[in-house]
Amino acid sequence: MQATETYRTTVPDARGHFGIFGGRYVPETLMPVLIELEKQYYSVKDDPEFQKELRYYLRDYVGRPTPLFLAERLSRELGGNARIYLKREDLCHTGAHKINNTMGQALLAKRIGKPRVIAETGAGQHGVATATACALLDLQCEVYMGAEDIERQKLNVFRMELLGAKVISVTSGTSTLKDATNEAMRDWMARCDDTHYIIGSVVGPHPFPMIVRDFQAVIGDETKEQILEREGRLPDAIVACVGGGSNAMGIFYPFRADLETALYGVEAAGFGIHTTQHAATIGAGQVGVFHGAKSYVLQTDDGQITPAHSISAGLDYPGTGPEHSYYAATGRAQYVSITDDEALEGVKLLCRTEGIIPALESAHAVAQLVKLVPTMPKDSVVVMNLSGRGDKDVFSIAKGIGMNL
Amino acid sequence: MNRIDKVFAELKERGEAALIPYLTAGFPNLEATLPLLRALVRGGADVIELGVPFSDPVADGPTIQRSSSEALAAGTTFPKILEIVKQFRAESETPIVLFGAYNPFFHYGMEKAARDAATVGVDAFLIPDLPADEGTEAEPAIREAGLYLIYLIAPTTPPDRVKFICSRGSGFLYYISVKGVTGARTSVSLELEKPLAQVHAATKLPVAVGFGIGTPEQAAQVGRLAEGVVVGSALVDLVGKNRDAADRDQKVEEYIRSMKAPLKPLTV
Repeated sequence: MQATETYRTTVPDARGHFGIFGGRYVPETLMPVLIELEKQYYSVKDDPEFQKELRYYLRDYVGRPTPLFLAERLSRELGGNARIYLKREDLCHTGAHKINNTMGQALLAKRIGKPRVIAETGAGQHGVATATACALLDLQCEVYMGAEDIERQKLNVFRMELLGAKVISVTSGTSTLKDATNEAMRDWMARCDDTHYIIGSVVGPHPFPMIVRDFQAVIGDETKEQILEREGRLPDAIVACVGGGSNAMGIFYPFRADLETALYGVEAAGFGIHTTQHAATIGAGQVGVFHGAKSYVLQTDDGQITPAHSISAGLDYPGTGPEHSYYAATGRAQYVSITDDEALEGVKLLCRTEGIIPALESAHAVAQLVKLVPTMPKDSVVVMNLSGRGDKDVFSIAKGIGMNL
Repeated sequence: MNRIDKVFAELKERGEAALIPYLTAGFPNLEATLPLLRALVRGGADVIELGVPFSDPVADGPTIQRSSSEALAAGTTFPKILEIVKQFRAESETPIVLFGAYNPFFHYGMEKAARDAATVGVDAFLIPDLPADEGTEAEPAIREAGLYLIYLIAPTTPPDRVKFICSRGSGFLYYISVKGVTGARTSVSLELEKPLAQVHAATKLPVAVGFGIGTPEQAAQVGRLAEGVVVGSALVDLVGKNRDAADRDQKVEEYIRSMKAPLKPLTV
């Protein structure tokens, strides 16, 4: 990380820039499509009918609002300086926050008359969430997935197919998430007439980082209301894991102007930030242009993108959302990192103290609490975004702690 | 005078359209690039697009993406490409356009990239993921170095945007003949007439057409409507198929000659 910026709460600007970050670095073929999508999004976003419909599905289908749970045993275990609250996104339909975005974007696709939806997926979580929303709304769904990931995530491939989606194997490049994203963008270039691209995180060219942020901001909006009700004040800190960064941006964004609330984004340090095997894009990357936006990127001295590593597939991405890069460069949020081993300890800790198996992604945030809370003054209030449940990860967790299932 | 202006002026005089082959630098290996550039010139190339490979190209189809991966695996870097251009420039005046994704140039530093490119004899940059809107951040450095930044226009580009891009263009405009990514296709859209007339109305600059042109018949059709014809994937395919053949460069030269022939006026 090296850039510095002045913090403003009104980003992005009209061209989709968050300070020096963001923008639309895409082939001209996509420019008119993105400009059109932005226009359509603005016209739909504040339409009361659209908002009513979205609220209906979020409540009766996704299961919102999700609880804000006071983790008493975890709070005591970590020294008792802070009351730790867990925002239970793991209780959303399909088991993670991803559905907030896919539900919103699928409704958007329907509104703007695109019968076909495409998506990219790494571990398959976003693919499943997209397939789910498309099944519900009767949209045709095709999901691009790296051949290597298809091999590693057979269960999610089966789930998507069961939900009526077609999974397309991507064999270019490293056959993983970044290549699936390239392929989805190519598909969209050729078929933008009838197709909407539901990107899975706050990444990609404008207006995607803004759209995904807005649909995920329901997490932070609810949190704010719930914490004021419980504590009568705003939290001292919010902690969330960051890969592309949609769950973190979702909970951070409504607190962007509340400077008394410190924001912590937790990246994946993999085997360690000083090795080549990590996904700490902000912690160890440099500003670059990748997947349509300017942001921090893991890259070589020649500006080629390097593959990331994390035990958590959802954090295993060499880029990050431009708004996170902006928060980092302005100092609005702090970005720290947690290794694979620390995340595994985080899983065990939450299981033992609260009876919740967190997703490996969310376990990075748990592990950060272990470091942060003991340094805080007495009577602090901390909210951690528990972005997903860990059922999908039990095999990786077992393998990580040396057990064979 | 930029070599690109000179070439298009001469071609106009002769009533010819330019043949603009695309070649991925470092494909199949770095040693192959200079001899291949010479073959392109012998075959009649008027302007050459030299591809700077990137690990994650979005605009490229499978053929060019594979060639980029191979070029990177063979150790191709931006400085090594500049070294090849320097050698080429010592023996030829054919204009060179560096064609590549923004990040490698951005990471190198756009100002330094433009300066170093100008020093070895590059004439322009074509950066497919840097549309005219974002191009403002690179234009000053490129202009300062005396080079052009070539912009693309797509079939999806609406008329007011065509005007906007043309107003920002330099060197020539590149019209993408099909939606989607690069790659040779069996049929080139014959509905080029109207959009090209629109582009021509918005600019005095020459217009080149690319994406999906691979046969002399297609070149002939497009050459009647535009000042330049780009051939990319079909050429990269040919290089790939003949990577180890002793007569690889000969085949490339002949192919280029066959593509250039229909772009020349009929002589009686």
